[in-house]
Amino acid sequence: MSDLAVQVKDLGKRYRIGGTKTRYKTLRSSIAGSLTAPVKRLGHAFQGEDSANGDHSQFWALQDISFSVNRGEVVGIIGHNGAGKSTLLKILSRITLPTRGFAEIYGRVGSLLEVGTGFHPELTGRENIFLNGAILGMTREEITRKLDEIIAFAEVEQFINTPVKHYSSGMGLRLGFAVAAHLEPEILVVDEVLAVGDAAFQKKCLGKMGEVAKEGRTVLFVSHNMAAVSALCTRGILLKKGQIVADGPVNDVISRYMEMNAANASIPLSDRTDRRGNGRFRFTNVTFLNENGEVVPGGVSGQPLTIVLDYVAADGKKARDVDAFIAFFGSFGELLFAPHVRLARGAFDEIPPKGQMICRIPKLPLTPGYYRFSLEMGISPDYLIDSIEDAGTLFVEPGDFYGTGYLPLRQHMKAVMVEHQWEIVDSDHTIV
Amino acid sequence: MVQNTVQPASEQQSSLPATANGAGTSVPDIIRKPKPLARVRIEPERGWVAPRLGELWEYRELLFFLTWRDIKVRYKQTIFGASWAIIQPFFTMVVFSLFFGRLAGVPSDNIPYPIFSYAALVPWTFFSNGLTQASASLVNSSKLITKVYFPRLIIPVSSIIAGLVDFCLAFIVLLGMMLYYGISPLQREVALLSIPAVPLLESLTTVTLPSYAMIWLPLLLLLAFITSLAVGLWLSAMNVQYRDIRYIVPFLLQLWMFATPIAYPSSLLSEPWRTIYGINPMTGVVEGFRWALLGTDTQPGPTILVSALVALALLVSGMYYFRRMEKSFADVV
Repeated sequence: MSDLAVQVKDLGKRYRIGGTKTRYKTLRSSIAGSLTAPVKRLGHAFQGEDSANGDHSQFWALQDISFSVNRGEVVGIIGHNGAGKSTLLKILSRITLPTRGFAEIYGRVGSLLEVGTGFHPELTGRENIFLNGAILGMTREEITRKLDEIIAFAEVEQFINTPVKHYSSGMGLRLGFAVAAHLEPEILVVDEVLAVGDAAFQKKCLGKMGEVAKEGRTVLFVSHNMAAVSALCTRGILLKKGQIVADGPVNDVISRYMEMNAANASIPLSDRTDRRGNGRFRFTNVTFLNENGEVVPGGVSGQPLTIVLDYVAADGKKARDVDAFIAFFGSFGELLFAPHVRLARGAFDEIPPKGQMICRIPKLPLTPGYYRFSLEMGISPDYLIDSIEDAGTLFVEPGDFYGTGYLPLRQHMKAVMVEHQWEIVDSDHTIV
Repeated sequence: MVQNTVQPASEQQSSLPATANGAGTSVPDIIRKPKPLARVRIEPERGWVAPRLGELWEYRELLFFLTWRDIKVRYKQTIFGASWAIIQPFFTMVVFSLFFGRLAGVPSDNIPYPIFSYAALVPWTFFSNGLTQASASLVNSSKLITKVYFPRLIIPVSSIIAGLVDFCLAFIVLLGMMLYYGISPLQREVALLSIPAVPLLESLTTVTLPSYAMIWLPLLLLLAFITSLAVGLWLSAMNVQYRDIRYIVPFLLQLWMFATPIAYPSSLLSEPWRTIYGINPMTGVVEGFRWALLGTDTQPGPTILVSALVALALLVSGMYYFRRMEKSFADVV
């Protein structure tokens, strides 16, 4: 079990950003430039990429990356956008070559950087299973053998002979994942593929990932979903600006990541483009406060937690009869609880064009761990204004929920705690 | 961070220096494993590297599936469907026959002009469509290139192979036309005695002999395939970085068509030039097709040898260029 599966040494990857100089140009120089540029570029065309160095700005997407992974290890690679996670996966799946260093891989690699790669809209579901399977590295014999299983897993039996262009996006995703899930590589490399699809689909994907991990296969898993990383992985690698800043037991590494985030404790949402709704109002920020009103990176089991949702109106006008909720999810995408304006107090009669929705939870009922949450705002009953899935992650530290002096442990099942009593009755006697 | 493996330290040390030098395989490490695992080393590549043709064989199933996809999808959602494979060369032939054959009176080696030009247009269409598809193939497959590893060579190769179906359809029409014009590829008229001064002698001694020239057709088709792939490799790899290629290809093919004896016979040229004309590999292909099917006097000789050598040179250089550019495809496309 202790053989090496992946070994990476001093790996570096350099990219060039754009080619245009920012200094001003005279008309004459730009005309001269436009005349000589094709000649220069033609020269580069014959000399390959390395010659074009000098006049372009460069940046290192990865630098001095060294680590090794043993067979059967499930490693979560985490970090902010642009930290180099995807570049690392691309190098390990041989899509792109490193600029420095090397990586050695022992065994067949299945890389899953996207669901349904190479699907052709004009081909039927069945045809696409063969095509996609072949692209992912399965043999025809292997695909034929698993065909029924794949179709059943994707739940598309009825439409298997329909061109994929008539599929709903959810069906397409399910089919794509079903093929990928039946890959049997020694090493599985997975990018943020689970961030797509509805909650049921994500649950299914994560369940399958969990199975793969338990089978003793080596998995490298990139995700922003800390709940999933924490549940699936045994080890974590934290990247920051192309370098490894932490490598070790997964929960320690996630804690480092959360601390890194705590520097700017609020979760900015203005840049999120993956939202639904008409956009009349938008969530711009999420901030957590403790009982003293101090900004905190996460909550504590059994302690009060205040969640502040900043929002702003697109047209600068106020709105009436507004509803909103925050939904918290467990490791496998299951809904745990959802503080809901309408259910708790009735919709807001009127909200100002710019403000904060404040949700107070007097006693946080979550066990320690990481919980994803999504946000939604609407004018009741069914007029969606803004909805962000996977808006952020709430980190919960151990706390004495029941007031007994016992702390729920981190490895306990992620769950909601409720107030309750226990008593014991002796069957031979009346109540003690 | 590197040393957090559970392996015994001795083994770790024995494998590391060997691999770090890039000196070869870390033998002890691999032998000790119960079943040897594929070992892949990913490292920077500089300069010119040999193309990995063995890998093409390893991935032959993917080649099959991509070709199959191209064939299945090619005429989806078109009104005329697969008849496009025939319409294109056939109507070109009609136009050529009208303008070059009728109006301009271009000679056609004593063969009815329509079949003279169509026999050349069939391999030409295969070549030119293959080249068009191949040169755009990498850019069209950018999603695949940035998400999955496989030998990129498969992409242009499969797009040309898919054109074989079109070729077969157009070829069947060619056979039909030969039937119509009463030309049998299995027989050939040969003058046993030929003295230019006495034309009567030639016609008196002409006999019909069985001909097996058709067995050359697969080789001629292979030459067209190689030429198409060779140029396709150059252009597709360039197209990834310089989208100018997209505009160059139709233009290039137009010029190339008139530089190939399709609308006219190469017998218009006298000998030293006729062999030199073979530098355009499609000359050898087109004249070879006419010889094999229509019995023209253009049997494979020095011209086709020149054509074959040029095509091979283009193919080898194209493969090296492709291999050199391949490593940056995913970053640039």
